[in-house]
Amino acid sequence: MSHTKKAFIRICVALGVVIITLILKYTVNLNIWIELGLFAAAYLVAGYDVLWKAATNIAHGKVFDENFLMTIATIGAFAIGEYADAAAVMILYQIGELFQRYAVGKSRKSIAALMDIRPEEVTVVRNGEKITIHPSEISVGEIVVVKAGDKIPLDGVVKSGECNVDTSVITGESLPRHITAGDNVISGCISLDGELYITATGTYDDSTVSKILDLVENASSQKAPAENFITKFSKYYTPIVVILALIVGIIPPLVTGNYTDWSYWNIWLKRAMMFLFVSCPCALVISVPMGFFGGIAAAGKRGILVKGSNYLELLAKVNTVAFDKTGTLTKGNFAIVDVFPPQNRQEVLQLAATAEQHSNHPIALSIAREANADRSAEITEIAGKGLQAKTGEDIILCGNLQLMKDNGISCPETLDGTVVYIGKNGKFVGYIVIADEIKPDAKEAIAELHKLGCKTVMLSGDNDSTAKAVAKTLAIDDYRSELLPQNKVTELQVLKKGNNKVAFVGDGINDAPVLAIADVGIAMGAMGSDAAIETADVVLMRDNPTAISTAKHIAKKTLNIVNENIVVSLIIKLTVLLLTLFGVLDKLMFGLGMIVAILADVGVCVLAILNSMRAMFVKKNI
Amino acid sequence: MKKTIAMQDLDCANCAAKMEEKISKIEGVRSCTINFMLQRMTLDLYDENIEETLQKIQSAVKKVEPDCKLKI
Repeated sequence: MSHTKKAFIRICVALGVVIITLILKYTVNLNIWIELGLFAAAYLVAGYDVLWKAATNIAHGKVFDENFLMTIATIGAFAIGEYADAAAVMILYQIGELFQRYAVGKSRKSIAALMDIRPEEVTVVRNGEKITIHPSEISVGEIVVVKAGDKIPLDGVVKSGECNVDTSVITGESLPRHITAGDNVISGCISLDGELYITATGTYDDSTVSKILDLVENASSQKAPAENFITKFSKYYTPIVVILALIVGIIPPLVTGNYTDWSYWNIWLKRAMMFLFVSCPCALVISVPMGFFGGIAAAGKRGILVKGSNYLELLAKVNTVAFDKTGTLTKGNFAIVDVFPPQNRQEVLQLAATAEQHSNHPIALSIAREANADRSAEITEIAGKGLQAKTGEDIILCGNLQLMKDNGISCPETLDGTVVYIGKNGKFVGYIVIADEIKPDAKEAIAELHKLGCKTVMLSGDNDSTAKAVAKTLAIDDYRSELLPQNKVTELQVLKKGNNKVAFVGDGINDAPVLAIADVGIAMGAMGSDAAIETADVVLMRDNPTAISTAKHIAKKTLNIVNENIVVSLIIKLTVLLLTLFGVLDKLMFGLGMIVAILADVGVCVLAILNSMRAMFVKKNI
Repeated sequence: MKKTIAMQDLDCANCAAKMEEKISKIEGVRSCTINFMLQRMTLDLYDENIEETLQKIQSAVKKVEPDCKLKI
């Protein structure tokens, strides 16, 4: 029988006995010894383990834990003849404990479900036969079979088969991805509708999913200041309350000179006991780490890996977000965004493609995708300016503004982005504007961050006009351009001045020093990049900027929950302590006063646990 | 040597914190962290006398929370 079930049955039996005894007591004239016997029996059924633990703990030289407090308080109640109260208090305490255990178990289960992304067994092809083994037994190069509905166990390359895979567990991206032979696949993704044969490219321990789990599970060892505060706090809190309780129990009767009056002692001893109840700091000690852990798990589920509770707390406090441009806010490709004049688009592109046909520059490649080159052309390079192509009688010039001027071609000037001018036989034909494409959700991400109260700054290595254009389109508060990596470090230090908490978002490739110096370093699009995972504090598996605002949102919510728990628990406990001290609770029956004290302990604890569980759930679209 | 041990019936977070503190002080233990939510202990042990160290860890756990078991 499980621990919980046993406790439940014991509580029911004890409660039954207490109710029957109370009925008997008020209907038939019950002998006082029988009454004591029945209540004592109920008390023992409900609380024998508490008594036993208290005894063994004292034997180990440990007093002042909750078992000890319960034992003292209830035995005290028996001694002053309040048998029913003693039994009732013990039963209530056990109900509270049961609730607490249930709440913890529930939240453990939901966290386990969040992290159940690693398959326990897997089918491999060995010597032409399919066998089922544990994924850790697979070596590199073996063929793994993944059926529809299965989780992909290791990183690898698809050998044959095709299907749609759900990558949401790893990346948070909800759209399925179509993959076929030759594509790379990442462990933890789920095949939706087809069978795949995958060649393993790494072992189980090196797989993306193992690394992610490792990160999330060990995140709690990096404790947040709030957690450290609680640990320190509880160290002093309990002894202080115990000493106060002793003072409350002993001093008033002595000072007022009523020490010969037993009933006077009685009142103050009761108050001291209630004081002791409230002294358990469990509500805080459980709920604070639990809130952080829930937040980390919720973030992980959306492809945001937070490396420690401390980073979650810092992220919540961040008031400035600095971005790298290329690869973070923009796609890092060079796309044709404009062709002038529009009616001659095809001609302009075709001439440019002809001139640039031998070039490997990303600009040339993006032009080559748009038009077919005339392969017969004779190409000469004009260093630093562009290219000249000769086809039959025609001479085509393709390059920057300087090239046009040098050849006496007059042309309209334009300022946006990178511009390639094209001239033919001494006449201007048109120009092509090339720019790095802005990610579709970048604008939304910036707007969300503004809503969350963050200032946004873009730190770009690009030229001023390009950086300005991007900053303007995205409505970023501020930008710096033409920065070398070391300049970015200096700029970030400037941003950190005062009490600013700064997060830096980069693609993790050449931003390592900036990521390290920021209060929170966020690496983006980190799928498969070990270096980025190493240096950053927060790793975004997908490369969409809205993940940043989502991360900030989760961090804020988590910290709010943690603070709520700390403040509310302390207020309730303090109130009960004061009420006890001034004797307000005495006006209630002894038992009721005790109930209030117990509620201030376990009740608050259960409330705090339930509140912490909210950190695990994040609304779908934020 | 790094070692992760699953724990059973770890009911109280305050106890987990106490265990962490006690175990970290045991000779032969470099560091110890307990994840209350996952009921898991992560140990970093010196390579000598591992058996003996584990014994000590087990009794430290028992002392703090008698119901709690280590699945070594």
